[in-house]
Amino acid sequence: MSGKTTTSSGGVEAETYNFAYLDEQTKRMIRRCILKAVALPGYQVEFGGREMPLPYGWGTGGIQVTAAVIGADDTLKVIDQGSDDTTNAVNIRRFFARTTGVATTEATDAATIIQTRHRIPEATLRDSQILVYQVPQPEPLTFLEPRKEETRKIHAYAEYGVMHLKLYEDVARFGRIASTYAYPVMVNERYLMSPSPIPKFDNPKMDAMPALQLFGAGREKRIYAVPPWTTVRSLDFDDHPFDIETWEEACALCGAGESYLDEVILDDQGGKMFVCSDSDFCQRRREAGHTGAMSDDPRAAVIGGDAAPESAAS
Amino acid sequence: MYVAVKGGETAILNSHKLLAEERRGDPAIPELSVAQIREQMALAVDRVMTEGSLYDPDLAALAIKQAQGDLVEAIFLVRAFRTTLPRFGSTRPIDTARMAIRRRISATYKDLPGGQVLGPTYDYTHRLLDFALAADGAPAPVAERADEPVAAAMPRVADILRGEGLIEDETPGDDAAQPYDLTREPMRHPAGRDQRLQNLARGDEGFLLALGYSTQRGYGSTHPFAGEIRLGEVAVEIVPEELGFAIEIGEITVTECQMVNQFEGNAEQPPHFTCGYGLTFGHGERKAMAMALVDRALRVEDALADLEALLDRALRAEELGETVRWPAQDADFVMYHSDNVEATGFVTHLKLPHYVDFQSELALVRRLRREHAARRAPQAPEEAPAANASAEPEAAE
Repeated sequence: MSGKTTTSSGGVEAETYNFAYLDEQTKRMIRRCILKAVALPGYQVEFGGREMPLPYGWGTGGIQVTAAVIGADDTLKVIDQGSDDTTNAVNIRRFFARTTGVATTEATDAATIIQTRHRIPEATLRDSQILVYQVPQPEPLTFLEPRKEETRKIHAYAEYGVMHLKLYEDVARFGRIASTYAYPVMVNERYLMSPSPIPKFDNPKMDAMPALQLFGAGREKRIYAVPPWTTVRSLDFDDHPFDIETWEEACALCGAGESYLDEVILDDQGGKMFVCSDSDFCQRRREAGHTGAMSDDPRAAVIGGDAAPESAAS
Repeated sequence: MYVAVKGGETAILNSHKLLAEERRGDPAIPELSVAQIREQMALAVDRVMTEGSLYDPDLAALAIKQAQGDLVEAIFLVRAFRTTLPRFGSTRPIDTARMAIRRRISATYKDLPGGQVLGPTYDYTHRLLDFALAADGAPAPVAERADEPVAAAMPRVADILRGEGLIEDETPGDDAAQPYDLTREPMRHPAGRDQRLQNLARGDEGFLLALGYSTQRGYGSTHPFAGEIRLGEVAVEIVPEELGFAIEIGEITVTECQMVNQFEGNAEQPPHFTCGYGLTFGHGERKAMAMALVDRALRVEDALADLEALLDRALRAEELGETVRWPAQDADFVMYHSDNVEATGFVTHLKLPHYVDFQSELALVRRLRREHAARRAPQAPEEAPAANASAEPEAAE
């Protein structure tokens, strides 16, 4: 009834959907929205988001943006929490491998499009790359004013006092600004923007980034963008300047001292280790001969990916 | 014990195999066919078609089978399929006045042209488990047919009231724009009634039921009567461009509910009744009634918009006597939270890894705790005599 055929080979279905799943009209509509978003850095452009075969909140906005910009000669990298092999990243990469057949990679510098959830790669991106963010909630003001009719007005008048007040209340209550991820940024000194739930550690990477940054929110049906070399400033106060997370530890596998670290619990006695969140970055460093405090620990082999995969039947 | 960084793909594929095995259940039990679900789980099929926005009983039944009976998951499957379908055109509005009636009741009139037709309903069943159904192989029950068919003319209660001028006229003008399509365009506010009705028709039955219920318990100010509920088959017509006249392309089953509500009138309009409207694919009375209640509750905004053109701001609230006060009247709240495919996705996305953000929060909380301890340490000896005062240094920072 649908005109689609399904072939089965080796247990993996390969439906003959359109290239990158979406029909060409829909892609054109999304591309127009992307162009508008690029022309208005940080402004949330409404788009006719489609229902995707993956759940809302699991990357449907990023997937639609990637589907609209990807071409047959692109090389795609997908990360979640900085890693290529978390289940959701695997799932989205499989989706595009099935529907486009493009080359995929785990190497940050080999990718032309990088779709991400919650991180920006540690390696500096180039001007020939596109970084696509999955965005659960595009509206930075949503917890201060949930009504879209109101937030549209706030953006139109650039009346962002309510956000500064929120940050001030943090200072009054905690002695410091207490936002740690989705830390609000001002784009091109005009629009207040949510950087998506990346840790504030990654905020400085957005500023004057050579790569094009595209943001897709599928459930909320918004697309926004930061064009290359655009100013992205994290909000702060003169006496409480913006700062990023730091660790006393270095990566236990590669010894990196300036990367974002994941904390891994080793036992129920307080044992833990810290490893790079960016798995490609960590892997490259280890291949280059860098070592960390637990490089020779057998437990680290599991973390580093050299042991048996996790089983679905646990 | 450890979160392996590698191996996600293998785990996903293995998980799918486990899922397929669980879906089948005990292989000694015969497998359900899609036709069995379509015929014997028809109300589930109807709900999946309604909230999935696709009239196709076979696909809905397939989705229910694939989702192991999880209707929200089945609705999601149908939606994801629907979005890939090409559009050939739009149908003309269905005419429920010309419905082939199987059930039609009105709570506002004892009798009316066409009469009350009870049809198939659970309303008057005693909810006692029927153990006879536990035994297979009983002969198929057959209901006796009435001696005469239902009346050919079965005017709608709303039309009867409209003839007397007692109810608002809801007929769109000839210049009415194409109805809003939420599956092609993003939600916009303030939303027109077409956009709201589409949202409610696709909305989660449980959510609308609870909201509709709330309007009956004082969280709303409507006084609804079930003017009419009708179930039956209606013709679907399109006007092909090359023909220029309507042709019938098929028939669908729908349930329609018109709730009649009082409206006190204002300076410009005499008192009259207003309608809340509900429509579902198949047989879905609970959903249609809940939808009609919420539609009426949301119409506060229409009244406000109309009145804005007539009256100056100072007079508006007093004249209308209705303002947005309750959850069911709040279009932004209702429409952004009614869709169970959106809601289930965002609620369940909390299962995805969030350890980068959590690490960031951990670092902050640890830092705040260090600072907290450092502030309290020198004052420890004084704490016992002046417990209240110990909070002040923090508050002052």
